[in-house]
Amino acid sequence: MKYAYYPGCSLSSTGIEYDMSTREIAKVLGIELWEIPEWNCCGASSAHLTDHLLALALPARNLAIAEEAGLDVAIPCAACYARSKATEVAVNESEEMKKTIQEVIERKYEGKSKARALLEIIGESVQGDHIKERIHILLTGLKAACYYGCLLVRPASTAFDDPEDPQSMDQLLHLFGAETVDWSYKTECCGASHETSAKPEIGISILQKIFIAAQNAGANCLVTACPLCMNNLDMRQIEVEKYFSTKYNLPVFYFTELVGLALGIEPSKLGLNKHFVDAMPLVQEVLNRKGGEQA
Amino acid sequence: MKRVGVFVCHCGTNISGTVDCAQVAEAAKDFPNVEYSIDYKYMCSEPGQEMIKKAIEEHKLNRIVVASCSPRMHEPTFQNCVERAGLNPYYVEMANIREHCSWVHPNEKEGATEKAIDLVRMAVAKAVRNQPLQKTTIPVTDRALVIGGGIAGIQAALDLANAGHVVDIVEREPSIGGKMAQIDKTFPTLDCSACILTPKMVDAAAHPNINLLTYSEIEKVDGFVGNFDVTIRQKARSIKMDVCTGCGICMEKCPVKVDSEFELGLAKRRAIYTPFPQAIPNKPVIDREHCTYFLRGKCGICSKLCPAGAVDYTQQDELLTRRYGAIIVATGFELFDYSVYGEYGYGKYPDVITGLQFERLINASGPTMGKLQRPSDKKEPKNIVIINCVGSRDEAKGKSYCSRTCCMYSAKHASLIRDKIKDSNVYVFYMDMRTPGKGYEEFYDRSREQYGTQYIRGRVSKIYPLNDKLIVRGEDTLLSQPVEVEADLVILATAMVAQPDADKLAQKIGIGYDKDNFYTEAHPKLAPVETHTQGVYLAGACQGPKDIPDSVAQASAAAAKACGLLSKPEILTEPIVTEVDEKTCAGCGTCLLICPYKAIDLKTLTERIAGEIVERKVATVNEGLCQGCGACTVACRSGSIYLKHYTDEQILAEVNALCL
Amino acid sequence: MSVNEALDQKTPTENLENWQPKILVFACNWCTYAGADLTGLSRLQYPATVRILRVPCSGRVNPQFVIKAFQKGVDAVLVCGCHPGDCHYTTGNYFTRRRFLLMRRLMEYIGMEPERLQASWVSAAEAQKFQQLITEVTEQIRALGPNRKLRDVQWEQWNN
Repeated sequence: MKYAYYPGCSLSSTGIEYDMSTREIAKVLGIELWEIPEWNCCGASSAHLTDHLLALALPARNLAIAEEAGLDVAIPCAACYARSKATEVAVNESEEMKKTIQEVIERKYEGKSKARALLEIIGESVQGDHIKERIHILLTGLKAACYYGCLLVRPASTAFDDPEDPQSMDQLLHLFGAETVDWSYKTECCGASHETSAKPEIGISILQKIFIAAQNAGANCLVTACPLCMNNLDMRQIEVEKYFSTKYNLPVFYFTELVGLALGIEPSKLGLNKHFVDAMPLVQEVLNRKGGEQA
Repeated sequence: MKRVGVFVCHCGTNISGTVDCAQVAEAAKDFPNVEYSIDYKYMCSEPGQEMIKKAIEEHKLNRIVVASCSPRMHEPTFQNCVERAGLNPYYVEMANIREHCSWVHPNEKEGATEKAIDLVRMAVAKAVRNQPLQKTTIPVTDRALVIGGGIAGIQAALDLANAGHVVDIVEREPSIGGKMAQIDKTFPTLDCSACILTPKMVDAAAHPNINLLTYSEIEKVDGFVGNFDVTIRQKARSIKMDVCTGCGICMEKCPVKVDSEFELGLAKRRAIYTPFPQAIPNKPVIDREHCTYFLRGKCGICSKLCPAGAVDYTQQDELLTRRYGAIIVATGFELFDYSVYGEYGYGKYPDVITGLQFERLINASGPTMGKLQRPSDKKEPKNIVIINCVGSRDEAKGKSYCSRTCCMYSAKHASLIRDKIKDSNVYVFYMDMRTPGKGYEEFYDRSREQYGTQYIRGRVSKIYPLNDKLIVRGEDTLLSQPVEVEADLVILATAMVAQPDADKLAQKIGIGYDKDNFYTEAHPKLAPVETHTQGVYLAGACQGPKDIPDSVAQASAAAAKACGLLSKPEILTEPIVTEVDEKTCAGCGTCLLICPYKAIDLKTLTERIAGEIVERKVATVNEGLCQGCGACTVACRSGSIYLKHYTDEQILAEVNALCL
Repeated sequence: MSVNEALDQKTPTENLENWQPKILVFACNWCTYAGADLTGLSRLQYPATVRILRVPCSGRVNPQFVIKAFQKGVDAVLVCGCHPGDCHYTTGNYFTRRRFLLMRRLMEYIGMEPERLQASWVSAAEAQKFQQLITEVTEQIRALGPNRKLRDVQWEQWNN
């Protein structure tokens, strides 16, 4: 399969591990990623608060380039995905809006190129028996709390998974031998927008609830599909721990990192050594089991 | 030879003030077939009617045109008048020169007179083509069928039976009683539901005019008003009803345990069971899907233990066909399946229950003997959240309508909880409080002021478990603030919906249903218990969400309507119905599809054509069902079906007459 | 005499100054006929251009009645019944509505002004609506002039 690839701004900075691991596992899974040349900002977090047309037109340009190449767009970041999907839906729903957007971006976008979440694409590509041969190690011992975040499966009308109790990441991790816990915070807010809007104290209590819920559910790590969630959960975990004088010690992974690990890719190539909450002890634990429980 | 008499009425000055009546009468003399024409001050008065009668005799008139007021006003008057003079009443035709002419054109005297002449000409043209029609009578079978044995069905049956009519109640469950039997207390009086229902159940069972057909379903409905032939399937009970004494030993020893439908999964029942202790008839039934004997051919404990020898594994379903004069449909409602609400846990959390489950939990004869405990760990709940409008007023996931009863039963639940557990807190999340009934608003006030229920206006966005609590997160829209409640128990006031197979039953009977599968009444205001099918009436929540007082009132109304029908040995039918010309009918069946009353059917004709016996299909109209709308006449491709009194020929004659 | 000649002869004799249209209304017995009665009871005035023909249901109106009326020289036809959803016979006016749309297309196809055939839903309570309807349609048809397209001239000639 070939997809146009829209990494977005986070994946070249704070979310670089997401980009690294995505490109690595795509190679192994036979997914060709063609990075959209000269892609621009998707507008998330600022454009849709400023101007509706601007918010729709920004991702439209990226989608238009992909459409010219005849490709659907694979989007790792949940925020980029949500904004791009909104554009795709708006263009398909209204002929008038389509015309307006085309005028703004000075390109043709007919709504044929679809915005697709990377999680959905990876989930599809591992279906079938062929994947069994590729599993290098089983992720036994991981008890993951899958954290989908607020944007990935919303709004309900266009979501690729259940907006209240999504399952696609859980199923993907089961396939690679990880356990996932049943918990109620899968689609809660991580507080990232409060972080960016300079009210960090609100974010802290939100994060605390997530960590406690994950712990209570028996998880030993969090797994996410969004660089903003990662940022918040990973980078700010120590801050929350300090604030409440407690310890959670919950490593946070991108689902792509775990898939990569199972496919036998070296941890440093996946960026697993770049985390704030040290993920390597847990990774090492999993790798050490390899001898006894190889797939 | 058609001899038409034209009678132009002045209606005092109502007509003659604008229309030159004498000129109209004079002009009518020149119309084809008109033998006599006259104008008079008051045609409907005694002398006016005498004048018509006399003219019929003297001038041998056989068609009468009266130009006066609206036929909706005086058509019956003049029909009776000519009938007394020995003519068929359908020989009368009226020209409406008052409401449609003099009263609306007072400033156009010439135009009005010209119009009146046109209208009379049209009426003459039609009258010449009028055929004699006879009102026919159809016999009425003095027996009523009530479908559904809930409170509405029981009330309707009792009213009919007390009026002296024989009634059969068909109930598909093993016992009558319906949803009301599951309820603990009733608003706004808080009297015990069973205490007021069970005496009615006993009355119905003991009434000499009522036959109970429990564990039975409607298989087929044929016929029409006064003569419905209904086939009823009596499901095999596996118990000889005439032998069983209802001692209950079989139920104690049966080794199979399954979820009780009556207790809504909160308790178990056996494979041989009565739904509840006060069931009527109080005789068990074997659930063949779960009975070991039927599954594996072994067991037979109930049969061995029964002292009366009443267990009969060989029983078969029986079909029973009876003729009824009237049918009352009282099939009730079901509860909305809230598992579409992911935010409330998709039905996964044991301590999120429905209002009806709560009724069982707090009921003294329920699974906990009335001790309120939460299903998961049997602990007494302290913080209880009630959520209104689950499935109601929600077009996205539920139904667009208001279920009418939930505001009140939530207030009742809150009061009952506070009565039992003094140190509890009850929170009700609501959208709007709707309390339009006698004593209802006062009851709601009491639940707030006397019982201290906390009402929070807003929707709940999410329920999730935390330790052994349920966190209920919502918004208080009056304070514009998010709220979170740590609850032990959550009660959902789920919507009332139509029975899942309501549409199938409606199709069998031939009555209408709306987009939500509730049955539609003939008129929302003036015929609220009738259906479009004559002789079929509605009672209770099958027509739309209703509480007990409304259901009972509607049941008595339906019974009164049915009494009116059954109290006469025969009914008159309007002769303005359609008829098929079998010579030209091709039997295509288009008219069957268009008829809203299922009054048209296909029959097979056997004919001899050129020495050969040939069979062909033609349409045939059931005059008892036909209401005379004429929709089929337009759809017929060969023009083989016509509506009496409004034939193509008659209407075209009017069109012609208008244009001459 | 050819049809055209007949037309030529006919036209000059018509006095368009005082010409009043003739409008045929098919009114269902339960709603519109009763609504027209109420218009009278309320003494609301409208032009004396209409002739109301009572049918049990608007669904009884066969398209051939409409064509026949035009052939006979009626200037406009109105088909009126209960509001959709309120039909006394449950579904009759739904059929009317569909037939009407087809009829309108036929009118356009044969070159008749589609305004000459109208459908309207008037309930038994809508006296004012009936009054307005008749007033408006009369104005429209006055502006259009007499119906000559479908009027069966030969028929008239032979009968006169």
